[in-house]
Amino acid sequence: MYWDREFETMPWEKLRELQLERLKTTVERVYNNVPFYRKVMDERGIKPSDIRTLDDLRMLPFTVKQDLRDNYPFDMFAVPMEEVVRVHASSGTTGKPTVVGYTKNDIRTWSQLMARSLTMAGATRGDVVQNAYGYGLFTGGMGVHYGAELVGATVIPISGGNTDRQLMIMQDFKATILTCTPSYALFLAEEGEKKGIDFKKLPLKAGVFGAEPWSERMRGQLEAKLDIKAHDIYGLSEIIGPGVSMECSAQQGMHIFEDHFLAEIIDPDTGEPLPPGRQGELVITSLTKEAFPIIRYRTRDITMLMDDPCPCGRTHIRMRRVTGRTDDMLIIRGVNVFPSQVESVLLEFGETEPHYLLVVDRKGNLDDLEIWVELSEQWFSDKVRQLEDIEQRLKGRIASVLGISAKIKLVEPRTIPRSEGKAKRVVDRREI
Amino acid sequence: MKIKQISVFLENKSGRLAKVTRVLGENGVNIRALSIADTTDFGILRLIVNDPDTAYRVLKEAGFSVNVTDVIAVEIPDVPGGLADPLDCLKDANINIEYLYAFLTRATKAALVVFRVEQIDEAARVLQDRGVRILDGAEVYNL
Ligand SMILES: [Zn+2]
Repeated sequence: MYWDREFETMPWEKLRELQLERLKTTVERVYNNVPFYRKVMDERGIKPSDIRTLDDLRMLPFTVKQDLRDNYPFDMFAVPMEEVVRVHASSGTTGKPTVVGYTKNDIRTWSQLMARSLTMAGATRGDVVQNAYGYGLFTGGMGVHYGAELVGATVIPISGGNTDRQLMIMQDFKATILTCTPSYALFLAEEGEKKGIDFKKLPLKAGVFGAEPWSERMRGQLEAKLDIKAHDIYGLSEIIGPGVSMECSAQQGMHIFEDHFLAEIIDPDTGEPLPPGRQGELVITSLTKEAFPIIRYRTRDITMLMDDPCPCGRTHIRMRRVTGRTDDMLIIRGVNVFPSQVESVLLEFGETEPHYLLVVDRKGNLDDLEIWVELSEQWFSDKVRQLEDIEQRLKGRIASVLGISAKIKLVEPRTIPRSEGKAKRVVDRREI
Repeated sequence: MKIKQISVFLENKSGRLAKVTRVLGENGVNIRALSIADTTDFGILRLIVNDPDTAYRVLKEAGFSVNVTDVIAVEIPDVPGGLADPLDCLKDANINIEYLYAFLTRATKAALVVFRVEQIDEAARVLQDRGVRILDGAEVYNL
C-alpha cells in the first residue's frame, strides 16, 4: 500500500533526474537568500551554476549544528518571516535551541511525508492514531498529527505522559496505531500488563516509533507485548522532523524519501563519502524545503545505506537503524541532551571548572538521568538546608535547559574520573 | 568565645568517615566532638578538634570539601532541664539555632553543647548575661 505511488516507486534514473533538478533549485535558493551559504560558496569560488551533476554536491561544504547556532534564531531562513507559518526547535549544545521554520508549502510537504510514513505502517481512513509524541517545539507531535489527518485517520492528540490516561483512552477510543518513543511504548505495554490489559483483544495493530535509538530486541518485545507490528521512523528537526525516512512492511531498514532528501554517508573523521553497505555518518541535503533549506547537514547519526531492491516495491534507498552518534549527544526520553548543556548551567551557578557526570539508566523501560556534580569548596556549607537548596536550584535550572528532569547528586571533589585532561561526561547504562 | 568547627562533606558510601578519622589521626589531630547530619545522598560531618588549622589543611589535602565555621560551646549543668535555660534565652533574643549537638567530657561533670547560630556575638552576649558559661577555644581544644 502506497500513499504516493508515483514518487515512492519512481524508477531509479528518473528519481536521480528529479533530485538533480531540485538540488539545483535548492542551491540557487540558498545562494540568493541565505548569507551564510552565499559566504561559504563565495569563499570557495562556487556558483550555483557549477552544480551540474549530483556528485557536484560534494564541492559544497558540510553544515554543522554550530552553524545553526551561529545564525540563531532566524538567519538560516531563506524566506522573509511573513512566509514562515511555523517554527519548531530542538535543544542545542548549550542553552540556545536550534530553530527551524516552515512555509505553508513546507508544512504541506511534511504532512505528505508523514502520510507516506503512516501509510507504510498500514494507516488509512478509519484508523485511530494515538499520538503520544510530545506536542510543542519538538517536531514529533505535530509532525505525526498533520500526516495522520492528511491520511484521513482519526487523531488522538494525547501527547506524552500520563500513562493511566493513555491506557484508558487506548481501550475506550479503540486506538489502532500508537505513535511515541519506543521506550515509552514499552513502558505503556508493561504498565498495561500490570493492570491486566490484554493487548491481544485490543484493535491496536501497529506502532510508529522513533525519536530515540532502539533495537531489534526491543522490537521483539513491543510486537509480542502489544500484539502489533512495530515500525522504525527517523527524522530530525534540522531536516524537517519525523518523516525523513520510514520503515515499510518489510521492516528491513527505513526508506529515505529521496524525492525530498539527498542522503550521503561519510567517514566522520575524513568527511570522505562511503558507498552503500559501509557504516558512517548520515549527511542530508534538503531538496524541496523553502523556509529552512539545508545543505549537507551532518546529522551525527551513524548508519549505513542499503541500495538492494526492497520487497515492498519502493525504489527509495534505505538506511539501517541508527546505531550511534559521532558526538556526545544523548537521547533521553526522546529528548536530545548534550553534556555541554549541563556544563553551561553549572557555569551559570558560578562554577569556573565544573566537574560533572551524566549517568543514564533505563529503569522499568523509562530513562532515568542522574547528574553527579562535584561539590566545590565555594558551594560547601555546614548546613544541610543550604546544600539541599543548591540541589533544588540546580534541578530546576537543569530541567528548564534540558527539557527533562534529572536527579542531582552532589559528590565529593575529585571523585569523577578524569582521563588525560578530558573528563568522562557520560555513563550510559541503558541496554536497548 | 568562639571556637572553630571543621565541617566535611561526605557522600553516603562506606569508608568515608573512617578515611576522615584516619587522616586526622595520622596527623596527630584529636577529635573532641563530632556530629553527622545526613540526607539520603550525603552527610555533613562536623568536628571539634584540638587543632582546627591542621585539621583543615590535611583534610583539604586529602581531597575533601572542608570548611571552618565559628560556633559556641556552652556548659550545661547536669540537672534536669539544664538545656532549656540557654534555649529559652536564645529564643527570647530571637536568635535562630541552625543546629546543636552535645558532648560529654571526663574533665567536668557538665555536658557541653555546641551551638551553631548566625548571630554568634549576640548569642554569646545574651547567654553570658543569663549566667551561662561559655567555653573559650583553648579550653575546648585541650579538653
Ligand atoms: Zn520497502
